[in-house]
Amino acid sequence: MAGMALNSDTPHTKKASSLIYDPKARGIFYQVLTVALLVLFVWTIAQNTIHNLQRANIASGFAFLKGRAGFDIGQSLIAYSSDSTYGRALVVGILNTLQVAIIGIITASIVGFIVGIARLSKNWLIAKLAQVYVEVFRNIPPLLVIFFWYKGVLTILPQARDSLHLPLGSYLNNRGLFVPTPILGAGTWMMLVALLIGIVCTVVIARWAKKRQMRTGQPFHTVWTGIALIVGLPLVTFLALGSPITFDFPIAGKFNLTGGSVLGPEFMSLYLALSFYTAAFIAEIVRAGIRSVPKGQTEAANALGLRSNAVTRLIVLPQALRIIIPPLTSQYLNLTKNSSLAVAVGFSDVVAIGGTMLNQTGQAVEIVALWLVIYLSISVSTAIFMNWFNTKMALVER
Amino acid sequence: MANASPVFVRREMVAAQPAPPGATGATYWLRTKLFATPKDIVLTLLAIALIVYIVPGMIEWLFIHASWTGENRAACATIAQGGVLPDGQSGACWAFIGAKFQQFIFGRYPFDERWRPLLVMALFVILLIPMLLPKVPYKGWNALALFIILPIVAFFLLIGGSFGLPYVETPLWGGLMVTLILSFFGITVSLPFGIVLALGRRSELPVIKMLCVIFIEVIRGIPLITVLFMASVMLPLFLPDGWTFDKLLRALIGVSIFSSAYMAEVIRGGLQVIPKGQFEGADSLGLSYWQKMRLIILPQAIKLVIPGIVNTFIGLFKDTSLVSIIGMFDLLGIVTLNQSDANWSTPVTPVTGYVFAGFIFWLFCFGMSRYSAFMERHLDTAHQR
Repeated sequence: MAGMALNSDTPHTKKASSLIYDPKARGIFYQVLTVALLVLFVWTIAQNTIHNLQRANIASGFAFLKGRAGFDIGQSLIAYSSDSTYGRALVVGILNTLQVAIIGIITASIVGFIVGIARLSKNWLIAKLAQVYVEVFRNIPPLLVIFFWYKGVLTILPQARDSLHLPLGSYLNNRGLFVPTPILGAGTWMMLVALLIGIVCTVVIARWAKKRQMRTGQPFHTVWTGIALIVGLPLVTFLALGSPITFDFPIAGKFNLTGGSVLGPEFMSLYLALSFYTAAFIAEIVRAGIRSVPKGQTEAANALGLRSNAVTRLIVLPQALRIIIPPLTSQYLNLTKNSSLAVAVGFSDVVAIGGTMLNQTGQAVEIVALWLVIYLSISVSTAIFMNWFNTKMALVER
Repeated sequence: MANASPVFVRREMVAAQPAPPGATGATYWLRTKLFATPKDIVLTLLAIALIVYIVPGMIEWLFIHASWTGENRAACATIAQGGVLPDGQSGACWAFIGAKFQQFIFGRYPFDERWRPLLVMALFVILLIPMLLPKVPYKGWNALALFIILPIVAFFLLIGGSFGLPYVETPLWGGLMVTLILSFFGITVSLPFGIVLALGRRSELPVIKMLCVIFIEVIRGIPLITVLFMASVMLPLFLPDGWTFDKLLRALIGVSIFSSAYMAEVIRGGLQVIPKGQFEGADSLGLSYWQKMRLIILPQAIKLVIPGIVNTFIGLFKDTSLVSIIGMFDLLGIVTLNQSDANWSTPVTPVTGYVFAGFIFWLFCFGMSRYSAFMERHLDTAHQR
């Protein structure tokens, strides 16, 4: 080092060494080098890929999406047949992914919050039960849970003719869960309008009640009023119109059930496994969130004379939620991503359908690109929504 | 005053009084922990009802009605299903696990060569245990042996073809062995890559930062199964003619890419909590960037995130089960494969297989999560001021 410093006295080497030791110049050099290497790498890969695709006679581009799919899909939310296009099959897949993810998220949140609160219960037995649940589900691969439900539980259910009769006219057998389908008669839109009116009224009343409580301190039973409005108004409309919604009940035939709609064992096993698996993680997040609220907060609230219900609702939960929401978001995203395990049991989610398309067309690059775009957009939109919710819940500092 | 001697000075502590009656013992515990309020009474009774409903049936299925020995499916099937058990009785088929146990551990690895995976396993355990105990010295050498020398030795031992060992092709590998290889390799590769990515993400060079952010966020945004599909269908496309990739190697690459992105985020978490003074102190000593990171920052940051690294490893260990979807036979894959063995197919075989696989996975993951919790406590006290 010292020798180099001495050498740099001559003007020529001084310029060179100052460039070498200039952090800015070095930074630019490294970045240019990285980009050049990356471009070279991508270019080599692209050349190889193009060559390999030409050799295997595989088309490129997204034109294949307009082609006839030619495969059937077990469960679809929109009209689909094997004559539909690949593009439509992909949409079916996206909808199926979203369906299982949304229902799974709702169930996992409910179970997770209950188990998380149960883990903090003063009741020893309840706390232990919740702990066993969490420790069992957290330490087992979700794929195994899916297989367990699919091959272990759902396929050894009775055959169609000895279906288990469940409440509300549903049946359960090894072909899935048969539930009644609502048939929307004339005037259903009136109920929808009633529901909307109920929601709007609740929001307005909640605002008014909050204002009045701020001004006079008088509380108002917003929750009960809201439930009465949101559930009651459509119900009254329903009765007033003479029950416009009828149900198509599944009817037990000799070998199969007719009517109603069916949730296949693939969907059920995926949904149950994802919900119970993710619920274990959510329970831990909820527990950590509640534990992070200082004890003084609860004690102060008790000292103010709030009841235990109000302490939880007004003091503990709002503070705990701030801690809970960010990791909860990543659990929701994990559940959505784990729904891709559907491919293992043959539920037609976007990965399973993409895989079938890949086998038929061989257009790996395009299909992987589609997967990337679809999952990234789901991730980004969930993240945006949860960030919005997070800022809304965040501490408003003075 | 000086002469006035005190009449009585107590020389020992007063003995502790016993707790008031009713504040100790089983009754007190029951009263406060189980039957404190009417709500608690209801909850406790419900919980007891749940336990009574589930546990006896489970014990009966797992142990009492289970078939422990047998040569084929007859041992586990009822008379109506062509077996020996009385009709209507259902119990776990442990005979199936017993018959297939070696396969579940080694896959189809040749019988006479199974000492090789066992030797690797023994080496792994010998090197791992001192690594896990915080008090054992020479962590650097230990890490070198565990993360660099062991994988190389293990590779030559397992694949053979040199040193007089017969060649064993990777499609024959399977079972728990593959699960462990995948997860260990994944973590070994993801540690250095994760460190580089985390440093890149915090770099001041915009291009490098952007590239690292894009890589990390894209990989974290997509499911592992798509990464594995990518590795298994796209890697062959990327290579020039005539080059092929081993299936296991493709899975290893996919798993490593995936875990590197997660590891990078864990390490970034550690880098973020290192006080700025440490960076400035290193700079003022005249250390170069890499010296600063290697000698000052990373040792502190990595120590802080050891629990996070273990948690990533737990996740990776569970996620390796996904390779069964791309047609490899890890523990879960080989259990699933063996269920279709006609010699053993009974209604209880799948459940038994999954209970067994689940128990193995649970044992590993639970052990690791306990270790992570232990490290968290250990590191916590070290950093208290």
